[in-house]
Amino acid sequence: MAVKKREKDLTLLQKMYIPEIVKGLSLTMHNMFKPKFTMKYPEEKFIPPASYRGRPVLVMEENGEERCVACGLCSRVCPALAIEVQAAETEREKERYPVKFEINMLRCIFCGFCEEVCPEEAIVMSKDYELAFSRREDAIYGKDKLLTPVVQLKDRIEFLRSYK
Amino acid sequence: MNIWAVLIFSIIKILIVVSVMLLTVSYLVYFERRVSAWAQNRLGPNRVGWEGVLQPFADVLKLLLKEDIVPDAAYKPIHTLAPIIALFVAFTTYAVIPFGPSVSIFGYTVPLVVADVNIGILYVLALTSLGVYAITLAGWSSGSKYSLFGGIRSSAQMISYEISMGFSVGGVLLLAGSLRPEAIVEAQHGWMWNAILQPIGFITFLVSSFAETNRLPFDLPEAEPELVGGYHTEYSSMKFAGFFLAEYANMIIASAMIVTLYLGGWRFPYLETFGLSAGWFAVISVITFCVKVAALLFFFIWVRWSLPRFRYDQLMNLGWKVMFPLSLINIVWVAALIMIFKL
Ligand code: SF4
Ligand code: SF4
Repeated sequence: MAVKKREKDLTLLQKMYIPEIVKGLSLTMHNMFKPKFTMKYPEEKFIPPASYRGRPVLVMEENGEERCVACGLCSRVCPALAIEVQAAETEREKERYPVKFEINMLRCIFCGFCEEVCPEEAIVMSKDYELAFSRREDAIYGKDKLLTPVVQLKDRIEFLRSYK
Repeated sequence: MNIWAVLIFSIIKILIVVSVMLLTVSYLVYFERRVSAWAQNRLGPNRVGWEGVLQPFADVLKLLLKEDIVPDAAYKPIHTLAPIIALFVAFTTYAVIPFGPSVSIFGYTVPLVVADVNIGILYVLALTSLGVYAITLAGWSSGSKYSLFGGIRSSAQMISYEISMGFSVGGVLLLAGSLRPEAIVEAQHGWMWNAILQPIGFITFLVSSFAETNRLPFDLPEAEPELVGGYHTEYSSMKFAGFFLAEYANMIIASAMIVTLYLGGWRFPYLETFGLSAGWFAVISVITFCVKVAALLFFFIWVRWSLPRFRYDQLMNLGWKVMFPLSLINIVWVAALIMIFKL
Protein backbone atom coordinates (compact mmCIF):
# COMPACT_ATOMS: atom_id res chain seq x y z
CA MET A 1 0.00 0.00 0.00
CA ALA A 2 1.44 3.25 -1.06
CA VAL A 3 1.98 5.68 1.75
CA LYS A 4 0.07 8.80 1.03
CA LYS A 5 2.19 11.89 1.40
CA ARG A 6 0.48 14.31 3.72
CA GLU A 7 0.15 17.83 2.52
CA LYS A 8 1.47 19.25 5.74
CA ASP A 9 4.73 17.32 5.68
CA LEU A 10 7.53 19.80 5.22
CA THR A 11 10.08 19.44 2.47
CA LEU A 12 13.74 19.28 3.40
CA LEU A 13 14.24 22.89 2.41
CA GLN A 14 11.37 23.96 4.64
CA LYS A 15 12.76 21.89 7.49
CA MET A 16 15.98 23.90 7.34
CA TYR A 17 13.89 26.91 8.39
CA ILE A 18 16.28 29.48 6.96
CA PRO A 19 14.69 30.02 3.52
CA GLU A 20 11.26 30.20 5.14
CA ILE A 21 12.52 32.64 7.75
CA VAL A 22 13.99 34.83 5.03
CA LYS A 23 10.64 34.74 3.24
CA GLY A 24 8.80 35.80 6.36
CA LEU A 25 11.25 38.57 7.11
CA SER A 26 11.04 39.97 3.61
CA LEU A 27 7.26 39.96 3.82
CA THR A 28 7.20 42.03 7.01
CA MET A 29 9.90 44.35 5.68
CA HIS A 30 7.84 44.86 2.55
CA ASN A 31 4.82 45.73 4.68
CA MET A 32 6.71 48.30 6.71
CA PHE A 33 6.86 50.57 3.67
CA LYS A 34 3.29 50.11 2.55
CA PRO A 35 0.73 52.85 3.19
CA LYS A 36 -0.87 52.54 6.62
CA PHE A 37 -4.52 51.79 7.28
CA THR A 38 -4.72 53.78 10.49
CA MET A 39 -7.03 56.79 10.42
CA LYS A 40 -5.89 59.69 12.59
CA TYR A 41 -9.34 59.84 14.13
CA PRO A 42 -10.19 63.12 15.80
CA GLU A 43 -8.50 65.06 13.00
CA GLU A 44 -9.60 62.80 10.21
CA LYS A 45 -13.12 61.40 10.42
CA PHE A 46 -14.59 58.22 9.09
CA ILE A 47 -17.38 58.91 6.63
CA PRO A 48 -19.64 55.84 6.66
CA PRO A 49 -21.39 54.47 3.58
CA ALA A 50 -25.19 54.68 3.25
CA SER A 51 -25.63 51.18 4.67
CA TYR A 52 -24.13 52.29 7.99
CA ARG A 53 -26.44 52.22 11.03
CA GLY A 54 -25.60 55.18 13.20
CA ARG A 55 -27.95 56.79 15.71
CA PRO A 56 -31.65 56.68 14.73
CA VAL A 57 -33.13 60.07 13.88
CA LEU A 58 -36.55 61.43 12.97
CA VAL A 59 -37.03 62.72 9.47
CA MET A 60 -38.04 66.39 9.26
CA GLU A 61 -39.82 67.55 6.10
CA GLU A 62 -38.85 70.77 4.31
CA ASN A 63 -41.67 72.64 6.05
CA GLY A 64 -40.17 71.81 9.45
CA GLU A 65 -42.71 69.14 10.41
CA GLU A 66 -41.91 65.58 11.39
CA ARG A 67 -43.16 62.70 9.28
CA CYS A 68 -43.93 60.56 12.29
CA VAL A 69 -47.61 59.76 12.87
CA ALA A 70 -47.01 58.46 16.39
CA CYS A 71 -48.29 54.98 15.61
CA GLY A 72 -45.93 53.60 18.23
CA LEU A 73 -44.75 50.67 16.12
CA CYS A 74 -41.09 51.57 16.57
CA SER A 75 -41.51 51.78 20.28
CA ARG A 76 -43.24 48.40 20.24
CA VAL A 77 -40.59 46.66 18.13
CA CYS A 78 -37.57 48.13 19.81
CA PRO A 79 -35.80 45.19 21.49
CA ALA A 80 -33.99 47.44 23.90
CA LEU A 81 -37.08 49.44 24.90
CA ALA A 82 -35.27 52.61 23.99
CA ILE A 83 -38.11 54.57 22.39
CA GLU A 84 -40.89 56.42 24.08
CA VAL A 85 -43.68 57.99 21.97
CA GLN A 86 -46.63 60.02 23.17
CA ALA A 87 -49.23 60.77 20.55
CA ALA A 88 -51.52 63.77 20.24
CA GLU A 89 -54.09 64.95 17.73
CA THR A 90 -53.46 67.61 15.18
CA GLU A 91 -55.49 69.64 12.64
CA ARG A 92 -53.07 68.65 9.91
CA GLU A 93 -53.85 66.05 7.28
CA LYS A 94 -52.10 63.20 9.10
CA GLU A 95 -54.24 63.79 12.24
CA ARG A 96 -51.71 62.43 14.74
CA TYR A 97 -48.24 63.57 15.74
CA PRO A 98 -45.86 62.78 18.61
CA VAL A 99 -45.85 65.41 21.35
CA LYS A 100 -43.02 63.58 22.94
CA PHE A 101 -40.55 61.35 21.15
CA GLU A 102 -37.54 60.18 23.12
CA ILE A 103 -34.79 57.70 22.36
CA ASN A 104 -32.55 56.65 25.18
CA MET A 105 -29.18 56.36 23.53
CA LEU A 106 -27.77 54.36 26.43
CA ARG A 107 -30.30 51.64 25.58
CA CYS A 108 -30.30 51.72 21.81
CA ILE A 109 -28.37 48.88 20.24
CA PHE A 110 -28.48 50.24 16.67
CA CYS A 111 -30.38 47.25 15.37
CA GLY A 112 -32.40 49.34 12.92
CA PHE A 113 -35.73 47.58 13.67
CA CYS A 114 -37.44 50.92 14.29
CA GLU A 115 -36.44 52.06 10.83
CA GLU A 116 -37.60 48.83 9.30
CA VAL A 117 -41.00 48.79 10.94
CA CYS A 118 -41.92 52.45 10.45
CA PRO A 119 -44.82 52.74 7.94
CA GLU A 120 -44.09 56.40 7.23
CA GLU A 121 -40.30 56.22 6.66
CA ALA A 122 -40.19 58.67 9.53
CA ILE A 123 -37.35 57.21 11.55
CA VAL A 124 -34.07 56.30 9.83
CA MET A 125 -30.57 55.46 10.89
CA SER A 126 -28.12 58.34 10.42
CA LYS A 127 -24.35 58.32 9.98
CA ASP A 128 -23.69 59.85 13.37
CA TYR A 129 -21.45 57.63 15.49
CA GLU A 130 -20.00 60.15 17.90
CA LEU A 131 -22.15 59.45 20.94
CA ALA A 132 -20.48 60.29 24.22
CA PHE A 133 -22.18 61.72 27.28
CA SER A 134 -20.96 62.83 30.64
CA ARG A 135 -24.35 62.46 32.33
CA ARG A 136 -27.10 59.88 31.95
CA GLU A 137 -29.78 62.53 31.42
CA ASP A 138 -27.85 63.80 28.38
CA ALA A 139 -28.22 60.40 26.77
CA ILE A 140 -31.97 60.73 26.38
CA TYR A 141 -32.51 62.43 23.04
CA GLY A 142 -35.74 64.35 22.66
CA LYS A 143 -37.39 65.67 19.51
CA ASP A 144 -35.04 68.65 19.41
CA LYS A 145 -32.05 66.38 18.86
CA LEU A 146 -33.80 63.74 16.83
CA LEU A 147 -35.37 65.85 14.11
CA THR A 148 -33.07 66.00 11.12
CA PRO A 149 -33.82 67.73 7.79
CA VAL A 150 -34.63 65.23 5.06
CA VAL A 151 -31.87 66.58 2.79
CA GLN A 152 -29.24 65.30 5.21
CA LEU A 153 -30.69 61.82 5.10
CA LYS A 154 -31.02 61.52 1.34
CA ASP A 155 -28.61 58.68 0.72
CA ARG A 156 -29.95 56.57 3.59
CA ILE A 157 -33.51 56.96 2.31
CA GLU A 158 -32.39 56.09 -1.21
CA PHE A 159 -30.55 53.08 0.16
CA LEU A 160 -33.68 51.95 2.00
CA ARG A 161 -35.85 52.39 -1.08
CA SER A 162 -33.57 50.30 -3.26
CA TYR A 163 -32.64 47.53 -0.81
CA LYS A 164 -35.30 47.27 1.88
CA MET B 1 47.89 56.35 35.82
CA ASN B 2 47.23 56.87 39.49
CA ILE B 3 44.41 55.23 41.35
CA TRP B 4 42.27 58.39 41.65
CA ALA B 5 42.31 59.03 37.94
CA VAL B 6 41.23 55.44 37.31
CA LEU B 7 38.46 55.77 39.85
CA ILE B 8 37.16 59.06 38.46
CA PHE B 9 37.26 57.89 34.87
CA SER B 10 35.57 54.64 35.83
CA ILE B 11 32.76 56.44 37.63
CA ILE B 12 32.24 58.76 34.69
CA LYS B 13 32.17 55.82 32.31
CA ILE B 14 29.73 53.91 34.52
CA LEU B 15 27.41 56.93 34.69
CA ILE B 16 27.51 57.39 30.93
CA VAL B 17 26.95 53.72 30.18
CA VAL B 18 24.10 53.30 32.68
CA SER B 19 22.27 56.41 31.57
CA VAL B 20 22.70 55.55 27.90
CA MET B 21 21.45 52.03 28.66
CA LEU B 22 18.38 53.28 30.51
CA LEU B 23 17.53 55.72 27.77
CA THR B 24 18.05 53.12 25.06
CA VAL B 25 15.93 50.60 26.91
CA SER B 26 13.01 52.97 27.24
CA TYR B 27 13.26 54.03 23.63
CA LEU B 28 13.64 50.45 22.55
CA VAL B 29 10.18 49.76 23.95
CA TYR B 30 8.82 52.68 21.96
CA PHE B 31 10.74 51.58 18.89
CA GLU B 32 9.42 48.05 19.23
CA ARG B 33 5.86 49.33 19.28
CA ARG B 34 6.43 51.52 16.26
CA VAL B 35 8.16 48.80 14.23
CA SER B 36 5.49 46.25 15.10
CA ALA B 37 2.87 48.75 13.99
CA TRP B 38 4.65 49.39 10.71
CA ALA B 39 4.99 45.68 10.04
CA GLN B 40 1.22 45.38 10.47
CA ASN B 41 0.38 48.47 8.40
CA ARG B 42 -0.49 50.52 11.46
CA LEU B 43 1.03 53.71 12.84
CA GLY B 44 1.78 52.86 16.46
CA PRO B 45 1.96 55.31 19.36
CA ASN B 46 2.26 58.79 17.87
CA ARG B 47 0.34 61.04 20.24
CA VAL B 48 2.54 61.84 23.24
CA GLY B 49 4.94 64.51 22.06
CA TRP B 50 6.11 64.80 18.47
CA GLU B 51 5.39 61.43 16.80
CA GLY B 52 5.07 59.89 20.25
CA VAL B 53 8.66 60.46 21.39
CA LEU B 54 7.53 61.10 24.95
CA GLN B 55 5.62 57.79 25.07
CA PRO B 56 8.32 55.96 27.12
CA PHE B 57 8.03 58.54 29.91
CA ALA B 58 4.26 58.27 29.91
CA ASP B 59 4.59 54.47 30.13
CA VAL B 60 7.00 54.62 33.05
CA LEU B 61 4.81 57.12 34.87
CA LYS B 62 1.79 54.89 34.37
CA LEU B 63 3.64 51.84 35.69
CA LEU B 64 4.88 53.75 38.72
CA LEU B 65 1.38 54.86 39.61
CA LYS B 66 -0.11 51.37 39.40
CA GLU B 67 -0.93 49.38 42.46
CA ASP B 68 1.67 46.79 43.38
CA ILE B 69 -0.24 43.56 43.91
CA VAL B 70 1.46 40.61 45.57
CA PRO B 71 -0.63 37.41 45.60
CA ASP B 72 -1.34 35.78 48.97
CA ALA B 73 0.27 32.53 47.89
CA ALA B 74 3.49 34.25 46.89
CA TYR B 75 6.65 33.92 48.94
CA LYS B 76 7.24 37.61 49.39
CA PRO B 77 11.02 38.01 49.88
CA ILE B 78 11.83 36.06 46.73
CA HIS B 79 8.91 37.53 44.85
CA THR B 80 10.53 40.93 45.44
CA LEU B 81 14.06 39.73 44.86
CA ALA B 82 13.46 38.20 41.42
CA PRO B 83 12.97 41.41 39.43
CA ILE B 84 15.94 42.91 41.27
CA ILE B 85 18.14 40.03 40.15
CA ALA B 86 16.85 40.41 36.61
CA LEU B 87 17.70 44.11 36.51
CA PHE B 88 21.05 43.61 38.26
CA VAL B 89 22.15 41.02 35.73
CA ALA B 90 20.95 43.11 32.83
CA PHE B 91 22.81 46.23 33.88
CA THR B 92 26.07 44.75 35.13
CA THR B 93 26.78 42.60 32.11
CA TYR B 94 27.43 45.60 29.96
CA ALA B 95 30.56 46.51 31.96
CA VAL B 96 33.00 44.47 29.89
CA ILE B 97 31.82 45.30 26.39
CA PRO B 98 34.11 47.83 24.68
CA PHE B 99 32.30 50.57 22.79
CA GLY B 100 35.30 52.36 21.31
CA PRO B 101 39.11 52.43 21.07
CA SER B 102 41.33 53.80 23.83
CA VAL B 103 41.34 57.60 23.92
CA SER B 104 43.72 59.94 25.68
CA ILE B 105 42.08 62.54 27.89
CA PHE B 106 44.30 64.98 29.87
CA GLY B 107 47.33 62.81 29.20
CA TYR B 108 45.68 59.63 30.47
CA THR B 109 44.91 56.73 28.17
CA VAL B 110 41.34 55.71 28.83
CA PRO B 111 39.98 52.54 27.25
CA LEU B 112 36.34 53.02 26.24
CA VAL B 113 35.03 50.11 28.26
CA VAL B 114 33.87 50.22 31.86
CA ALA B 115 36.03 47.33 33.02
CA ASP B 116 38.80 45.97 30.82
CA VAL B 117 38.73 42.49 32.33
CA ASN B 118 40.91 39.84 30.72
CA ILE B 119 38.26 37.16 31.21
CA GLY B 120 35.48 39.43 29.97
CA ILE B 121 33.75 36.80 27.88
CA LEU B 122 33.58 34.39 30.79
CA TYR B 123 32.16 37.20 32.90
CA VAL B 124 29.38 37.79 30.38
CA LEU B 125 28.55 34.09 30.09
CA ALA B 126 28.51 33.75 33.87
CA LEU B 127 26.25 36.73 34.43
CA THR B 128 23.79 35.95 31.67
CA SER B 129 23.28 32.51 33.14
CA LEU B 130 22.46 34.19 36.45
CA GLY B 131 19.51 35.66 34.59
CA VAL B 132 17.89 32.23 34.67
CA TYR B 133 17.61 32.52 38.43
CA ALA B 134 15.55 35.68 38.16
CA ILE B 135 13.00 33.97 35.94
CA THR B 136 12.95 30.65 37.76
CA LEU B 137 12.64 32.29 41.17
CA ALA B 138 9.94 34.62 39.90
CA GLY B 139 8.00 31.66 38.57
CA TRP B 140 8.44 29.61 41.70
CA SER B 141 7.75 32.31 44.27
CA SER B 142 4.58 33.58 42.61
CA GLY B 143 2.55 30.63 43.87
CA SER B 144 0.75 30.18 40.56
CA LYS B 145 1.00 27.21 38.25
CA TYR B 146 1.32 29.26 35.10
CA SER B 147 4.21 31.21 36.52
CA LEU B 148 5.85 27.99 37.62
CA PHE B 149 5.52 26.50 34.15
CA GLY B 150 7.00 29.62 32.66
CA GLY B 151 9.90 29.47 35.08
CA ILE B 152 10.60 25.79 34.44
CA ARG B 153 10.45 26.20 30.71
CA SER B 154 12.78 29.11 30.75
CA SER B 155 15.38 27.36 32.87
CA ALA B 156 15.33 24.37 30.53
CA GLN B 157 15.53 26.63 27.53
CA MET B 158 18.28 28.85 28.80
CA ILE B 159 20.43 25.96 29.96
CA SER B 160 20.17 24.18 26.62
CA TYR B 161 20.96 27.23 24.60
CA GLU B 162 23.79 28.34 26.81
CA ILE B 163 25.71 25.28 25.71
CA SER B 164 25.56 26.07 22.01
CA MET B 165 26.25 29.68 22.85
CA GLY B 166 29.38 28.77 24.79
CA PHE B 167 30.63 26.48 22.04
CA SER B 168 30.06 29.10 19.35
CA VAL B 169 32.09 31.55 21.40
CA GLY B 170 34.82 28.89 21.42
CA GLY B 171 35.51 29.53 17.74
CA VAL B 172 35.93 33.25 18.36
CA LEU B 173 38.29 32.60 21.25
CA LEU B 174 40.43 30.28 19.12
CA LEU B 175 40.90 33.01 16.54
CA ALA B 176 41.55 35.82 18.98
CA GLY B 177 43.59 33.74 21.40
CA SER B 178 42.18 35.69 24.31
CA LEU B 179 39.11 36.04 26.51
CA ARG B 180 39.49 39.82 26.58
CA PRO B 181 36.72 41.55 24.57
CA GLU B 182 39.23 44.24 23.57
CA ALA B 183 41.57 41.63 22.10
CA ILE B 184 38.70 39.98 20.23
CA VAL B 185 37.82 43.32 18.64
CA GLU B 186 41.49 43.94 17.82
CA ALA B 187 41.66 40.57 16.08
CA GLN B 188 38.87 41.51 13.65
CA HIS B 189 40.74 44.09 11.57
CA GLY B 190 39.61 45.09 8.09
CA TRP B 191 36.88 42.79 6.85
CA MET B 192 38.18 39.88 8.94
CA TRP B 193 34.94 39.88 10.90
CA ASN B 194 34.21 36.67 12.69
CA ALA B 195 30.75 36.61 11.07
CA ILE B 196 32.48 36.23 7.69
CA LEU B 197 35.20 33.83 8.83
CA GLN B 198 32.87 31.53 10.74
CA PRO B 199 29.32 31.96 9.47
CA ILE B 200 28.07 28.80 11.21
CA GLY B 201 29.24 30.06 14.58
CA PHE B 202 27.64 33.41 13.88
CA ILE B 203 24.27 31.83 13.12
CA THR B 204 24.33 29.50 16.12
CA PHE B 205 25.33 32.37 18.39
CA LEU B 206 22.62 34.59 16.94
CA VAL B 207 19.93 31.96 17.39
CA SER B 208 21.13 31.16 20.89
CA SER B 209 21.05 34.82 21.83
CA PHE B 210 17.44 34.96 20.73
CA ALA B 211 16.75 32.04 23.04
CA GLU B 212 18.80 33.54 25.85
CA THR B 213 16.95 36.82 25.76
CA ASN B 214 13.60 34.99 25.58
CA ARG B 215 12.61 36.82 22.46
CA LEU B 216 10.29 35.46 19.82
CA PRO B 217 10.50 32.94 18.18
CA PHE B 218 11.78 31.51 21.46
CA ASP B 219 9.68 33.36 24.03
CA LEU B 220 8.44 30.10 25.53
CA PRO B 221 8.62 31.31 29.15
CA GLU B 222 6.05 33.98 28.37
CA ALA B 223 3.97 32.22 25.71
CA GLU B 224 0.85 34.33 26.21
CA PRO B 225 -1.68 31.96 24.60
CA GLU B 226 -0.87 28.99 26.82
CA LEU B 227 0.72 30.40 29.96
CA VAL B 228 -1.19 33.68 30.43
CA GLY B 229 1.92 35.78 30.97
CA GLY B 230 4.42 33.11 32.00
CA TYR B 231 6.74 33.86 34.88
CA HIS B 232 5.54 37.45 35.29
CA THR B 233 1.82 36.66 35.41
CA GLU B 234 1.68 37.59 39.09
CA TYR B 235 3.71 40.75 38.83
CA SER B 236 2.38 44.25 38.57
CA SER B 237 3.49 47.85 38.76
CA MET B 238 7.21 48.57 38.95
CA LYS B 239 8.17 44.94 39.60
CA PHE B 240 6.65 44.01 36.28
CA ALA B 241 8.42 46.96 34.73
CA GLY B 242 11.66 45.55 36.17
CA PHE B 243 11.27 42.36 34.15
CA PHE B 244 10.19 44.33 31.16
CA LEU B 245 13.21 46.61 31.28
CA ALA B 246 15.52 43.67 31.96
CA GLU B 247 14.27 41.93 28.85
CA TYR B 248 15.07 44.92 26.71
CA ALA B 249 18.39 45.51 28.46
CA ASN B 250 19.26 41.88 27.72
CA MET B 251 18.45 42.53 24.11
CA ILE B 252 20.92 45.40 24.04
CA ILE B 253 23.57 43.25 25.68
CA ALA B 254 22.97 40.42 23.27
CA SER B 255 23.31 42.82 20.34
CA ALA B 256 26.45 44.39 21.79
CA MET B 257 27.90 40.92 22.36
CA ILE B 258 27.16 39.84 18.81
CA VAL B 259 28.73 43.03 17.50
CA THR B 260 31.80 42.57 19.65
CA LEU B 261 32.29 38.90 18.94
CA TYR B 262 31.25 38.62 15.32
CA LEU B 263 30.79 41.99 13.64
CA GLY B 264 34.11 43.68 14.39
CA GLY B 265 33.03 45.57 17.52
CA TRP B 266 33.66 49.28 17.20
CA ARG B 267 35.86 48.81 14.14
CA PHE B 268 35.01 50.59 10.92
CA PRO B 269 36.77 48.54 8.22
CA TYR B 270 40.13 50.10 7.24
CA LEU B 271 39.43 53.26 9.20
CA GLU B 272 43.03 53.43 10.41
CA THR B 273 44.25 53.83 6.81
CA PHE B 274 42.18 57.01 6.30
CA GLY B 275 44.73 59.06 8.26
CA LEU B 276 42.26 60.62 10.71
CA SER B 277 43.31 62.32 13.94
CA ALA B 278 42.97 60.26 17.13
CA GLY B 279 39.90 62.22 18.26
CA TRP B 280 37.95 61.67 15.05
CA PHE B 281 39.03 58.07 14.99
CA ALA B 282 37.47 57.55 18.42
CA VAL B 283 34.28 59.40 17.50
CA ILE B 284 33.76 57.45 14.28
CA SER B 285 34.50 54.18 16.09
CA VAL B 286 31.91 54.86 18.78
CA ILE B 287 29.35 55.84 16.14
CA THR B 288 30.15 52.67 14.18
CA PHE B 289 29.53 50.62 17.30
CA CYS B 290 26.20 52.33 17.98
CA VAL B 291 25.04 51.88 14.39
CA LYS B 292 25.90 48.19 14.42
CA VAL B 293 24.11 47.65 17.71
CA ALA B 294 21.09 49.61 16.48
CA ALA B 295 20.93 47.53 13.32
CA LEU B 296 20.97 44.33 15.35
CA LEU B 297 18.31 45.65 17.71
CA PHE B 298 16.14 46.38 14.72
CA PHE B 299 16.79 42.84 13.55
CA PHE B 300 15.66 41.48 16.91
CA ILE B 301 12.41 43.43 16.71
CA TRP B 302 11.89 42.64 13.06
CA VAL B 303 12.23 38.90 13.71
CA ARG B 304 9.81 39.12 16.60
CA TRP B 305 7.08 40.53 14.40
CA SER B 306 7.70 38.10 11.55
CA LEU B 307 7.99 34.63 13.01
CA PRO B 308 5.59 32.47 15.01
CA ARG B 309 6.61 30.86 18.29
CA PHE B 310 8.34 27.47 18.32
CA ARG B 311 6.65 24.61 20.08
CA TYR B 312 8.43 23.50 23.21
CA ASP B 313 9.69 20.17 21.85
CA GLN B 314 10.77 21.81 18.60
CA LEU B 315 12.73 24.28 20.63
CA MET B 316 14.52 21.57 22.57
CA ASN B 317 15.14 19.59 19.36
CA LEU B 318 16.62 22.63 17.72
CA GLY B 319 18.78 23.37 20.73
CA TRP B 320 20.23 19.93 21.30
CA LYS B 321 20.09 18.26 17.90
CA VAL B 322 20.87 21.17 15.60
CA MET B 323 22.50 24.10 17.35
CA PHE B 324 24.79 22.06 19.58
CA PRO B 325 26.34 19.91 16.78
CA LEU B 326 26.57 22.96 14.53
CA SER B 327 28.53 24.87 17.12
CA LEU B 328 30.89 21.90 17.48
CA ILE B 329 31.34 21.80 13.70
CA ASN B 330 32.15 25.47 13.86
CA ILE B 331 35.02 24.84 16.27
CA VAL B 332 36.46 22.24 13.92
CA TRP B 333 36.05 24.65 11.02
CA VAL B 334 37.90 27.42 12.87
CA ALA B 335 40.65 25.04 13.89
CA ALA B 336 41.03 24.03 10.23
CA LEU B 337 41.20 27.70 9.22
CA ILE B 338 43.96 28.28 11.72
CA MET B 339 45.86 25.20 10.54
CA ILE B 340 45.64 26.07 6.85
CA PHE B 341 46.02 29.83 6.82
CA LYS B 342 48.13 30.19 9.98
CA LEU B 343 45.82 33.00 11.09
S1 SF4 C 1 -32.18 50.99 16.50
FE1 SF4 C 1 -33.11 49.24 17.53
S2 SF4 C 1 -32.59 49.63 19.66
FE2 SF4 C 1 -32.22 51.54 18.63
S3 SF4 C 1 -34.12 52.65 18.87
FE3 SF4 C 1 -34.27 51.56 16.93
S4 SF4 C 1 -35.28 49.66 17.44
FE4 SF4 C 1 -34.58 50.52 19.35
S1 SF4 D 1 -41.40 56.84 13.94
FE1 SF4 D 1 -42.59 55.62 12.54
S2 SF4 D 1 -42.99 53.76 13.68
FE2 SF4 D 1 -42.32 55.24 15.15
S3 SF4 D 1 -44.18 56.16 15.90
FE3 SF4 D 1 -43.47 57.44 14.26
S4 SF4 D 1 -44.52 56.67 12.49
FE4 SF4 D 1 -44.76 55.10 14.01
